[in-house]
Amino acid sequence: MKCIVCMTHVPDTASIIRIGADGQHIDETGIKWIVSPYDEYALEEALQLTEAKGGEVTVMTYGPQRAEAGLRECLARGAHNAVHILGGEKTLGDSFAIAKVLAAAIKDREFDVILVGVKGVGTDNSQVGQMLAELLDLPHVSNVVKVEWNDGAIVAEREVEGGHEVVESPLPAVLTAQKGLNEPRYAALKGIMAAKRKPVEKVDPSALGLDEDVLAGAEATYNLRSLELPPEKQAGKIIQGEDDPQAAAAELVKLLHEEAKAF
Amino acid sequence: MSGILVFVEQRDGSIRKGSLEALSEAHRHAAANGWDVAAVLPGSGIEGVAAGLGAYGAGKVFIADDANLKLYSAEGYAEAVVAAAKQMTPHAIFFSATAMGRDLAPRVAAKLGVGGLADVTGLTLEGETFVARRPVYSAKAFATVDTAGKTPQVISLRPNVFSAEEAGGSAEIVKLDGLALSIRAMVKELVSSEGGEIDVAEANIIVSGGRGLKGPENFALMRELAELLGAAVGASRAAVDAGWIDHSHQVGQTGKVVSPTLYIANGISGAIQHLAGMSSSKIIVAINKDPDAPIFKVADYGVVGDLFQVVPAMIEEIKKVKAA
Repeated sequence: MKCIVCMTHVPDTASIIRIGADGQHIDETGIKWIVSPYDEYALEEALQLTEAKGGEVTVMTYGPQRAEAGLRECLARGAHNAVHILGGEKTLGDSFAIAKVLAAAIKDREFDVILVGVKGVGTDNSQVGQMLAELLDLPHVSNVVKVEWNDGAIVAEREVEGGHEVVESPLPAVLTAQKGLNEPRYAALKGIMAAKRKPVEKVDPSALGLDEDVLAGAEATYNLRSLELPPEKQAGKIIQGEDDPQAAAAELVKLLHEEAKAF
Repeated sequence: MSGILVFVEQRDGSIRKGSLEALSEAHRHAAANGWDVAAVLPGSGIEGVAAGLGAYGAGKVFIADDANLKLYSAEGYAEAVVAAAKQMTPHAIFFSATAMGRDLAPRVAAKLGVGGLADVTGLTLEGETFVARRPVYSAKAFATVDTAGKTPQVISLRPNVFSAEEAGGSAEIVKLDGLALSIRAMVKELVSSEGGEIDVAEANIIVSGGRGLKGPENFALMRELAELLGAAVGASRAAVDAGWIDHSHQVGQTGKVVSPTLYIANGISGAIQHLAGMSSSKIIVAINKDPDAPIFKVADYGVVGDLFQVVPAMIEEIKKVKAA
């Protein structure tokens, strides 16, 4: 099985987000960048699949220079090849532009499945996998928490409100991974050492016949006007309930019922 | 160009509330601008359901009634939405950002050669351009965005944020015939989770538990409070990672991002990861024995105390209020 895993390099989920001076982007000072957590599930699935059935895992990212660290992390965990399409700052948040770039980079490669995280924990669009499938004329299953790999086909379970949908699809297909699919591994020291020697294929968007200025200009589908922090919350009413929990509970319920009219 | 098309989601003939919210939001903008609102409803045996959409502002309902559309498929449903869009040439297509809407909207957008604004929590109209506010970095920031002049503007609206209100109209039913359905990935079965619990993503009230619950057995206390309030049961990452409850309950950056009317956090310290998932709740209640827990910084109401004493007492008090 030949697997392509699309990875995005995002701020650590524990990061405190500040707005940069341009009012449109985050202040990257002190931000630690990680492989998006959902992409870790996508990678792990591909690694387990190729360990069981043979094949290889190619991890791909469309991002700036620093995203190479994310590719190295994936190589250290066991990915065989890495492709780095350089760029992505101008098209940040534009899912369709990102899908076009990935589709152009993937279309002439051999693969049985494309795995991506259900969302990057950055611009949180949760759209690239589905758009990539449409552009490559492939079926997709999103939000996947379980996959049974058969010959040339899969049975996947996707999480929906109040249950799971059981989906059958032929391969090749695009799957977007949700938490619960598997338990991602850590990179072992041996893998980290080996990853340093593995090559990272660098691709310029122009080599794919794409011009980032056009993608972010005439063809842009996402115009970011401004970025703001959420409004500050006023201090709440805090009741001390260590000594008399009964009275505290009664007061809380009274406030919720009469003041907040919450129920 | 003639208005707004709204994808309406049904399962077994019942319309999802989020779709009515999207329809109502479309109606509010359309009514102010003299635009039309149409719904597109794929399914099987759904004609009876379609007529009811008029009450929420749909002047027209495109129905794609086909045995192959009984269960959801992105490819089949996208074909129906695109067929309706070709007849209507709308300014915008709205979806509710449910599991189905979030799956379908990008597929439709790419089919139409446009992008999409996902999971928006606020919408204004400038001329013919929708300006959306949407949470990014899991609601640690908000972006104000538009589709850079591309139409139709494909927009998914976060459930539970926009209000659904009856507008009192009636809808003309238009059948979408001759759809070229070529469905590869197909839902075979919908498996409901045990007990038909309310999902956190759709709930008006969420009772959430964290590490302070000390063990899986104590989620019974959360369920008791939740049942009393008609609420969903949520959980922090710590509780999910400890294996106390299924991931579908997780609220936070690697779980669900929710906006209920009332969020009750029990024994949850309020890690930044968790706050990112629930800080846009309308009313936040925290119950925690640590007075310095970060959750109190975002709480509208809080009790510093032992949740194993406070929550049972709350349950008794709520029963009294409900009986009164």
